[in-house]
Amino acid sequence: MAEKKIRVVVAKPGLDGHDRGAKVIARAFRDAGMEVIYTGLRQTPEQIVETAIQEDADAIGLSVLSGAHEHYFKAIVALLNEKDASDIVVFGGGVIPEADIPTLLSVGAGAIFGPGTPTTDCIEWLKNAVAEKRG
Amino acid sequence: MFEGKQLEEVKAGQERYQAAVDKSLARSPERKARFTTTGGIPLERLYTPEDVECLDYAKDIGFPGEYPYTRGVQPTMYRGRLWTMRQYAGFATAEASNERYRYLLSQGTTGLSVAFDLPTQIGFDSDHAMAQGEVGKVGVAIDSLADMEVLFGGIPLDKVSTSMTINAPAAVLLAMYIAVAEKNGVASDALTGTIQNDILKEYIARGTYIFPPKPSMRLITDIFDFCSASVPKWNTISISGYHIREAGSTAIQEVAFTLADGIAYVEAAIAKGQDPNIFGKRLSFFFNAHNDFIEEVSKFRAARKLWGRIMKERFGVTDKSAQMLRFHTQTAGSTLTAQQPENNIVRVAIQTMAAVMGGTQSLHTNSLDEALALPTDKSVRIALRTQQIVGFESGVANTVDPFAGSYAVESLTKQIEDGAWEYIKKIDDLGGMVSAIERGYPQQQIQDAAYEFQRSVESGDQIVVGVNKFQVEEDDSARQLLRVDPSVGEGQVAKLRKMKEGRDNVRVKATLDDIRAAAEGSGNLMPKILDAVRVYATEGEICGVLREVFGEYKENVVL
Repeated sequence: MAEKKIRVVVAKPGLDGHDRGAKVIARAFRDAGMEVIYTGLRQTPEQIVETAIQEDADAIGLSVLSGAHEHYFKAIVALLNEKDASDIVVFGGGVIPEADIPTLLSVGAGAIFGPGTPTTDCIEWLKNAVAEKRG
Repeated sequence: MFEGKQLEEVKAGQERYQAAVDKSLARSPERKARFTTTGGIPLERLYTPEDVECLDYAKDIGFPGEYPYTRGVQPTMYRGRLWTMRQYAGFATAEASNERYRYLLSQGTTGLSVAFDLPTQIGFDSDHAMAQGEVGKVGVAIDSLADMEVLFGGIPLDKVSTSMTINAPAAVLLAMYIAVAEKNGVASDALTGTIQNDILKEYIARGTYIFPPKPSMRLITDIFDFCSASVPKWNTISISGYHIREAGSTAIQEVAFTLADGIAYVEAAIAKGQDPNIFGKRLSFFFNAHNDFIEEVSKFRAARKLWGRIMKERFGVTDKSAQMLRFHTQTAGSTLTAQQPENNIVRVAIQTMAAVMGGTQSLHTNSLDEALALPTDKSVRIALRTQQIVGFESGVANTVDPFAGSYAVESLTKQIEDGAWEYIKKIDDLGGMVSAIERGYPQQQIQDAAYEFQRSVESGDQIVVGVNKFQVEEDDSARQLLRVDPSVGEGQVAKLRKMKEGRDNVRVKATLDDIRAAAEGSGNLMPKILDAVRVYATEGEICGVLREVFGEYKENVVL
């Protein structure tokens, strides 16, 4: 049996309109053989979690360039826990200061990819993270 | 531009040169099989008079201040006055931003540029559920006139020109600015500045839209009309290619989509019975200055020439100043790297040179730390100093349009003009920009270009110094970054609540009802909005009423 494809939700939480990175990474995931659901702009944490559960996603990738990263990562991880969906891997990228990364990892982000990260690094990390999760 | 005999000599020279090139290539190949600009325009090894053979100096290039304005919009350009050095700034509270503006003015900046936070840009008050976590983050939080009074406290609004990056709710923020000036005894006809007010590029690339296209276009044309009579020195719109380029477009697409947006605004205002000879004088533009120096210089020249042609030939505009493309420039944020951020100072310097060689009217230079966070005072100062060094030390501002006559620049100017023209025709065929956006056409073009660029970086074809070549191990832990105090949101909400208790809520309701009635009808909304902000109706309340009447835009997600 062929291995089940990775399903990933690429999401833009909040009011931030910078979607270049989100769209580039979404296409890169798709070209790497994953099934990608891109949410579009202005998603609340509730909408993102809802989408991920409905789409039976393995992972949620958050793109935040507005400085509000801590708020959104915390809110989304908390909602996933609340809805018994904490097996969904959360990761992200954007304009995020190095010094904030430990906090985001400690609240449940699997990885944070800063500006200049090759898409291949994100793809490789996500493949491993999902493989680990699936056991 | 050259006569028969001269061209023959050039052709003979070309043959000798080609033989020499062949010999050289036989010994060692060139660095790349194919050279292009960042935007993908093929670059010749050498440009000669043959490449500009098709150009007519008087018709295509001309003189500064004369149609088609290829060489600039003023006769003396920077010999008269340098460009306006205008640094985009704003964060946290009105108090903190006011302090930054006064600092910038004391350091020699010559115009203000206000960055609003996202809730303000999208018409939500700081206490709205969607504003959570975003208050004061990417700009200053403005809920009502009370915040605006603090923001411009102690700043002479009759002397300083102010640019406000505000789009969907531009009418509200402009009204607040007028109301603050009134309170300080400055009449609206003395105000100078710009509101961005460019909704089409929000749908295409920037994302801070509220209403659907039709009522959005109405708000914009209401502002044109209101300002023609009451704020005549105000730039009523800044038609922006900046964000289109940041989203990943090529240089040609930046010019094409921006001017196609411009065409849509001009058509909308004409449809309302307004005269392009009048409102056309207050249209301004905003472009990106990227790394590819020659392409960028050419791009600015091509944009100016094309717009002149569009206004004159397409819209029959005879007023010279309504034919001129005047523009602000910002250096390219997307070229800044988080790796070895000091290198960004050099990138910004090159981009500054390109903007100045391209004849910009005002310029914002990015700070070295902007791939990491909002800039610190020190990094903002370095960015401003970069402009000052180019202006006062480099000598490039001392003669007008020094790259004119360069075979390469003239040839690229023509290529960008022709390439952009093709796109504009395509958009016309799609029924104009609004319809093209609804079909996702410009969005798709930009995304394809962005993805292509990313692939070229990952393949190593496009070198980004410090990112895919010349990397070093870095320790960023000690880096000083600007941090917005997390309590800003709560403080702003408390301030808002207190303000609402202290105002005349009966009058607020009456003015909001007036706005609703005007929105349902077809009269100009600006006077009604001005009445409401004067009695401290909040931005969120005003936009809330308009949301109810106009509805909200739903993004056409294109991937």
